[in-house]
Amino acid sequence: MNWNRIRDNISPTRLQINKFNEVWMLVWTLFLVVVPLFIVSGLLWKSSLLLENHTLKEIIFSSEWKPMSGKFGFLPFIMSSLWVTLLSLLIAAPICLFSAIHLTQYANRYVLRFMQPVIDILAGIPSVIYGVWGIIAVVPFVAEKIAPMFGVQTTGYNILSASIVLAVMVIPFILNILIDIINTIPKELTEASLSLGAGKWYTIKHVILRKALPGIISAMGLGLSRSFGETIAVLMVVGNVAAIPSGIFQPGYPLPALIANNYGEMMSIPQYDSALMFSALLLMIIVLFFNIGSRFLIMSYEKRFK
Amino acid sequence: MKKDSNKKTSFKKQRLKYEEYFFRGVMLLSSCLIAFILGLIIYSILVKGVPSLSWEMITQTPKGGFYFGKEGGILNAIIGSIYLAFGATFIAFIIGLPISLYMNVWLSHKEKWVNMLRFILDLLWGIPSIVYGAFGFTIMILLGIKASLLAGIIVTALLILPIMIRAIDEGLKTVPKGLKESSYSLGSTKSELAFKIMLRQCIPGIVTAVLLSFGRAIGDAAAVLFTTGFTDNIPTALNQPTATLPLAIFFQLSSPIPEVKERAYAAAVILTSIILIISVLSRVLTQKYNKHTIKF
Repeated sequence: MNWNRIRDNISPTRLQINKFNEVWMLVWTLFLVVVPLFIVSGLLWKSSLLLENHTLKEIIFSSEWKPMSGKFGFLPFIMSSLWVTLLSLLIAAPICLFSAIHLTQYANRYVLRFMQPVIDILAGIPSVIYGVWGIIAVVPFVAEKIAPMFGVQTTGYNILSASIVLAVMVIPFILNILIDIINTIPKELTEASLSLGAGKWYTIKHVILRKALPGIISAMGLGLSRSFGETIAVLMVVGNVAAIPSGIFQPGYPLPALIANNYGEMMSIPQYDSALMFSALLLMIIVLFFNIGSRFLIMSYEKRFK
Repeated sequence: MKKDSNKKTSFKKQRLKYEEYFFRGVMLLSSCLIAFILGLIIYSILVKGVPSLSWEMITQTPKGGFYFGKEGGILNAIIGSIYLAFGATFIAFIIGLPISLYMNVWLSHKEKWVNMLRFILDLLWGIPSIVYGAFGFTIMILLGIKASLLAGIIVTALLILPIMIRAIDEGLKTVPKGLKESSYSLGSTKSELAFKIMLRQCIPGIVTAVLLSFGRAIGDAAAVLFTTGFTDNIPTALNQPTATLPLAIFFQLSSPIPEVKERAYAAAVILTSIILIISVLSRVLTQKYNKHTIKF
């Protein structure tokens, strides 16, 4: 109506500044969209050399890793990664779930005020520190306490130690998401259940957990993808032996550790270089797959309550 | 008959009650476990590291026989890490702030676009830092750049960019609608709203975002593993290789000599205390700046 008049009253310089700001900020925002495409295409381009000389099936399902004679089987590394991440999720998931219900449903103000910084600090500790802690505390604990219980001799540098360290690392990550998820459940829903005479525990079991199930699954998926890409801490405690692990007391060699240990030295062999870039690509594809799946699940979950 | 069914329900109630008691115990236990683990981590790092912590460690660069257990310190790594984290946080801030402002001012009525951008940011955040590191290294070889402070800063900035934007975005989201509308109604343009109102209103969020990203930048090892190299000297220019604290810990810990290992534990104490200081600082500053925002 009178919008044109208002616009006339704004001086041209201010409008020009506005337009100028809009354009460069748009360009920077577009930069954000370009970065992931750039990374994926760069990794694809670098690993094309390996893919030209070997079939994909050969690379993923062969367990022969002899870079010097041109044999690149990624199965040991993929299996180690799967063992470590799944075991760590197995440890972290129940702790996170129980703690999330406790913090959202039962805990009072003082407990929350104490736990929030605890979770934040745990999330902020660098992975090297977790690695050091793993070497100081977890490795001896596994070697001297847990392994003898099963009658196994081990140095402690194995899948189980790596999983324990990883579990501790992803706990704050999963816990934060779970708390958010449980808090998005509308109060009316739980109040309706309480007003019908259901007890608190009954409500948690049959209303909150049931409603939050997709969210819980996606939180676990995000945790899984986070632990899949974790490098330094795992590298320090996992033992780094390139063989398919046959049990939790065996050493492993996950994908990120493979890249970190070998990259930079092997630039002289183009195929080796290409194989390591392929493992980075593989890592990224797996992580993106879990991420996209979980995020979509979360998005559809949040939409239902709006 | 009636009595019987009553008995049944009361029995069920009884069972539910015990079930609740049991699970409440388990829940409390897992919350305690999390707090206990944090205590355990800090305790074991301190017990191992503090005895070998000395003034020499933080005031000297490595001397001749440092890696055989002779004298010297890790000043090079401390300074290098601080340079790297400052540089990366600065770049990420310069890129991240306009993007988050753009998302919340210009795109505020295009929810689909904002959601898509947030989705991409979450994906970027999920990419492991080793992938950034390996990719950055390939680009460096392609361009013929040697491992240097600048390369490390750029890769780390890319790594922390999504965290920075999402954290500022969370702050900007909470700016009340009334504040935006009143500034429009007084005749402000969008860029004036963004830079003069939203920015000021969101200072606590920005401070948190910057400190969060700084902590992430100083602690990440995988991204700088190939890109910054390692040296015993304090860098004086952007094109020199630089030592970083996480890598100093990592390399020294893999040494077979006990004295060098001891120093790695001491360096871990230093890094942990930096992270703890950042965490406390962020709490204090947020509370301080929260006083100056307009509340509705």
